[in-house]
Amino acid sequence: MDNVSFTVDEGEMFGFLGPNGAGKTTTMKMIQCISPKTGGELSVFGMDVNTHQREIKRLLGIVPQENNLDPDFTVYENLLVYARYFDIPRAVAEKKIDELLDFVQLGEKKGTTIVQLSGGMKRRLILARALINDPRLLILDEPTVGLDPQARHLIWDRLKKLRSQGNTIVLTTHYLEEAAQLCDRLVIMEQGKILVEGKPAELVLQHVGTDIVEAENSPEAIACLDGLGAKYEISGETIQVYTDSPQKITGALLEDCRLGQVTARRATLEDVFLKLTGRKLRD
Amino acid sequence: MSYFDIPKLTGSTWKVWLRNKDVFMKTYMVNFLPNFLQPLLYLFSLGFGVGNFINQIEGISYARFIAPALIAIAIMNSAFFECTFASFVRMYFQKTFDAIIATPLTIEEVITGELLWGATRSTINTVITLPVLAAFGLIEFPSSLLIIPFSFLAGFLFATIGMCFTAISPNIDSLNYPMFLFITPMFLFSGTFFPLSLLPVPIQYLATALLPLTHVVIIARSLTLASPHPLILLSFVWIILASVVFFLLSVNLMKKRLIV
Ligand SMILES: Nc1ncnc2c1ncn2[C@@H]1O[C@H](COP(=O)(O)OP(=O)(O)OP(=O)(O)O)[C@@H](O)[C@H]1O
Ligand SMILES: [Mg+2]
Repeated sequence: MDNVSFTVDEGEMFGFLGPNGAGKTTTMKMIQCISPKTGGELSVFGMDVNTHQREIKRLLGIVPQENNLDPDFTVYENLLVYARYFDIPRAVAEKKIDELLDFVQLGEKKGTTIVQLSGGMKRRLILARALINDPRLLILDEPTVGLDPQARHLIWDRLKKLRSQGNTIVLTTHYLEEAAQLCDRLVIMEQGKILVEGKPAELVLQHVGTDIVEAENSPEAIACLDGLGAKYEISGETIQVYTDSPQKITGALLEDCRLGQVTARRATLEDVFLKLTGRKLRD
Repeated sequence: MSYFDIPKLTGSTWKVWLRNKDVFMKTYMVNFLPNFLQPLLYLFSLGFGVGNFINQIEGISYARFIAPALIAIAIMNSAFFECTFASFVRMYFQKTFDAIIATPLTIEEVITGELLWGATRSTINTVITLPVLAAFGLIEFPSSLLIIPFSFLAGFLFATIGMCFTAISPNIDSLNYPMFLFITPMFLFSGTFFPLSLLPVPIQYLATALLPLTHVVIIARSLTLASPHPLILLSFVWIILASVVFFLLSVNLMKKRLIV
């Protein structure tokens, strides 16, 4: 971690984006008081993570990147045992568990063992587990990884509902559409550093513009774009033009330069992400 | 962070113990049978089989001689297995520890809860083994009843030693090393199946200085025969001191392994 600085306001949904190995999980673990920080300051609800671990952890709900449900127990027992770690009295826990299982649509699966759950069901159960203590801050590390569209939409829907109830949510994701839809604000990280911070729509405007025009990579196209003075980037076989006036660029490319394949589309967070973090693969 | 920092624990430690107890209770019949059968097998093959060729050993029948060793071995095996293989599975494959430390519990409490559970397994095993031996009239009462509380202390010692190995094992297979290099020799050379006094004197000293099972056998035998061994107090102190040392070491080694 290097010079990472951010503030999450109560009641907002805050996203961490970044390529594999950027340090998202590490940041989440530091907020959870699990990975110790060796320098700098990190406080959660005004409490220092190095000195108030117990108090902080009591207020958090965690969805870890790697599933860690207890395979020795059923769905219901998993939540019951977890509630005990938070000192929730049994009667209160039982009522809460019924509510939560309905909330994540696992009411039918109470007695099922964990190995018999599908990946999506496990993710939903972990979300339910994270809510058992009515957390003031919910931390989700890739909550929708490996889920089908239905399950993903169910989780999005639940997260929106939680936010509307005033919960503060921090999440990491590789689905940029998810981040754009859900997050009030987000940061894009790379190699332990924060590259940018802002509202999704504003980041798109600021770094790419409203639209993107894509054309095949050829010397003529490049000459043409240079002639127009356009801002563009080459990635393999395509050229991406960042612009606020797609009609003008498209028209020019088609008419004046007689290029065959030209497409125009709205700019997305994905374009910002790729522009800022480059297109090469991480390992 | 040193190797002997004193952990700060709260009552929540017992919730880790409770978690393991809940899992155990789900399958207790499966857990019960082997614990019950093992001393019987030893008793028949060694006590009554080999024992047939031995008139007397230190003034008693061979079966009476090995009866306390069978309890001591049961204490050792159950706690050691629980805090090596079973804890390793929970830590590494099931990620149970990771899940628990995301709650108000700390890693120190998780490890201590595991150790207390390991000790409890020894006590459960002792409670199962005692009636078997009593049925054959091999142990004295009421002194043998003291082995039940003692088994928790002795089990705790083996739990802490096992947890140290768990903390330094890169993978589950390497846990076979302490099994073969530590547990098996101890099983054979701790005054279990023949008196320590048959060994060369330097080896006797080594066994007394280094092998925890020697001390557990001394105390267990004193209690089943209702006749205190001259070293019984020393053995008791040895077990307590070693438990403290390995408790601190195991918690700190685990912390180093899991907090990154
Ligand atoms: N236990 C560990 N020990 C040493 N280095 C680690 C450990 N876990 C992660 N790292 C390193 O720390 C860096 C950040 O990892 P982190 O898991 O935070 O990335 P991430 O942004 O969550 O990636 P992903 O999208 O793949 O989940 C990586 O370079 C990784 O190799
Ligand atoms: Mg990650």
